[in-house]
Amino acid sequence: MISKLGRYSIRFVSEFGELAGFSGRAAVSLPGQRHVFEKLTRALFEIGVRCVPITLIVGLFTGLVLGLQLYYVLTKFSSESLLGQAVALSIILEIGPVFTAIMIVGQAGSALSAEIGIQRNAEQIDALHTMQINPIGFLVSPRLWAAVIAFPILTTFFDLIGIYGGYLTGVQLLGVDPGAYWNRIYDAVSLQNIFNGLVKAFVFGIVTTLICSFQGYYTHIKADIPGARGVSQTTTRAVVYSSIAILVFDYLITSFQMGQ
Amino acid sequence: MSNDSHLQLKGLSKAFGSQTVLDRIDLDIPLGEHTTVIGKSGTGKSVLLKCISGLLASDSGTISASGKQGIPSCSYMFQQNALFDSMTVEENVALPLRETGKAGKEEIEQRVGDMLAQLELSPASKKYPAEISGGMKKRAALARALITSPEIILFDEPTTGLDPQRKYAVFDMIRDYRKRFGFTVVMVSHDVPEVFEISDHIAWLDEGKIKFWGTPKQLAENTPDALKPFLNPKLASA
Amino acid sequence: MNSRKVDFSVGLFVLIGLLAIVYMAVQIGGSRFLGGDTQKVTAIFSNIGGLASGSNITIAGVKIGTVGPIELNPETLKAEVQLLINNDIELWNDATAAIKTNGLIGDKYVSLYPGTEIEGISEPLQGKLVDTESAIDIEGLISRFAFGSVTDE
Repeated sequence: MISKLGRYSIRFVSEFGELAGFSGRAAVSLPGQRHVFEKLTRALFEIGVRCVPITLIVGLFTGLVLGLQLYYVLTKFSSESLLGQAVALSIILEIGPVFTAIMIVGQAGSALSAEIGIQRNAEQIDALHTMQINPIGFLVSPRLWAAVIAFPILTTFFDLIGIYGGYLTGVQLLGVDPGAYWNRIYDAVSLQNIFNGLVKAFVFGIVTTLICSFQGYYTHIKADIPGARGVSQTTTRAVVYSSIAILVFDYLITSFQMGQ
Repeated sequence: MSNDSHLQLKGLSKAFGSQTVLDRIDLDIPLGEHTTVIGKSGTGKSVLLKCISGLLASDSGTISASGKQGIPSCSYMFQQNALFDSMTVEENVALPLRETGKAGKEEIEQRVGDMLAQLELSPASKKYPAEISGGMKKRAALARALITSPEIILFDEPTTGLDPQRKYAVFDMIRDYRKRFGFTVVMVSHDVPEVFEISDHIAWLDEGKIKFWGTPKQLAENTPDALKPFLNPKLASA
Repeated sequence: MNSRKVDFSVGLFVLIGLLAIVYMAVQIGGSRFLGGDTQKVTAIFSNIGGLASGSNITIAGVKIGTVGPIELNPETLKAEVQLLINNDIELWNDATAAIKTNGLIGDKYVSLYPGTEIEGISEPLQGKLVDTESAIDIEGLISRFAFGSVTDE
C-alpha cells in the first residue's frame, strides 16, 4: 500500500518534470521557426476564431441566469440595486475566465490533443524529426502563443456579453433601474479586478494548451495501448486534466490575488 | 573497401531497458546501391534505420558516411508515408525546404514543381493526401524525401499491407527512381524473395547481429541454415 | 477554408478583441482609475461597523471618492480611516464625516460634509478629521428595542 503510494507519487513527480521540460521547449521554440506569423494565424484561427460562437452563447446564458438568480437573492435584502455589481464582479473575477477556459478546452483543446496524438501515431512527428524540423516548435509553440493571445480576448467577450445578459434579465425583464445597474458596475469594478480576471485567462491558456498538447504528443507512451484507443484515452485525459487544472489554478491565483 | 563510398556503422548498439536490440553492429553499406535488411519481425530492423537517421540515439558506436563522422544527410520513408493530411501534396513536398535550408520562395516553387513533374504527380499537386491513391501517396512521400537531395533514403517496410501487384509497383518505383536520381537505398523489408530482384546487397539481422551479408546471388547459393525457414516458411512447418 | 479568409477572420478577431479589452478596462474598470488625482485625509471613527476599504464617499449622495486603508490606532483604540477624495473638493476645518448604510443592511458608505468657507473664520482642514459620526449599531438598536430599553432613556 505504502509502496504503491510511493510509486504513484514518484510517477506524479516525474510526469510533472516531463511536463515542465516540454513546456520550456514549447515556450522557447517559436523564434527558431520559419513562417511564425502564418503558423500563429492558423493556430489563432483554431483556438480563437472558432471558439467565438460557443463563448458568446455560453457567456450570454450565464449572464441571463446570473441576473435571474442574483435578483431573487438580492430582493430578499431589498438590495436589487446591487445586481449590476454582483453580476459584473462574479463574471469578471471568476465565471468569465473559468467558463471560457473550459469551453475552449472542449472546443479546441480536445481537437489539439487528438490531432497531435494522431500525428504521433502516423509517424508524422518522427517525419518532422528526420526533416530536421523541431516538432515541438512546429506543432506546439504556435498554439501555445496563440492561446496566450486568444484566452484573454475570448474571456473579455464572455465578460461583456455576460454583463449584458445580466442587464437583459435584471433590467429589461425584472425591472431593476438601468442607471443603478450600470453605475453600480462602474463603481464596483476596478481596473485591478479586470486585470486579475485576465491574468487568470492568461494562465489558463498556457496551462491547458500545454496539458492538451503534452498528452497528444506522448500518446504512444502515456496511453495504456498506443493506437486509436490510445488517442481517445489521452484526449479524454487532456480534457479532464485541463479542467481540473483550471479549477486548481483558479483557486491558487485567487488566493494569491486576495493576499495582495 | 575504401571508406569513401560507404555508409559505415561501427560497434552500433542499442538497448531498451534490459533488452538488447542491436549488439555491436559493424556494417559497410556501399553508397549509391540498394541494400535490403531482412529479418524476423521485432528483431530491430526499424531500430537500425532509426539509429542511422538519428531518430533514435544509439547507446554506443559510430556512424560515418564517405569517411565523415556523424549522421549522414538522409531522408526516411515511413511505413504509413507520414504525409500531413491538412496540407496539399505540393505543400507536403515543399515542407522540408520551407522549414529548413536557405531556398527562397521562387526557388522552392521551382524545385517542388520539377520534383512533382518527375514523379508524375503534377496533376495531384493541389490535392490532399486523403484524395489520392495509395501509390500516389508513396510517390508523394518519396518526392518529399528527395526534395532535399539526400545521399541516402531509408525505406521502412514500404510494401507492408500491399497486394502483390502494388508491391511490385512500389519496388519498380524505387528501382527506377534510384537509377534516375542516384541515391543510396537502405531498406527494411519482409518481402522475400521478391525484394532480392531489386537489391544489390542483403543484410540479415538476427538476435541483434548481422548474420549474413552479401549479394542476393550469394545468398541463394549459400543460404545459412538458420535463414532457410525464414526464406521458405513451408520448410519450417514441415 | 482558404487562407485569405483565415487571415481576415483572425485579424478581425484580434482587432475586436483588443478593442473589447480596452473598452472593458476604460469603461467598466476605469471610472476610479481615470478619476484624476485624489487628496488623502485621515478620519477618526470610534466604530466603523462594517465599512471597508473601497467603500464609497459621497457628498449629498454624489460619489466623490473612496475609502482607502483602515487601521486601528493602538493608543486611542479608534479606527483611522484614510479617505481618498477628489482633488476638486475643498475641505474646511468644520468638515464632518458620518458612516451610513444603503438601506437596512446594504453597503456602508461615508457621507461627507466638507464644511463651509466663512471669510476670516474658517480655515482649510488641517491634519485629521475628528468630527465624525460612527456607524449606527443596528443590532444593538434592535436588541435594545426588543428589551424595551430604548424608551427608558
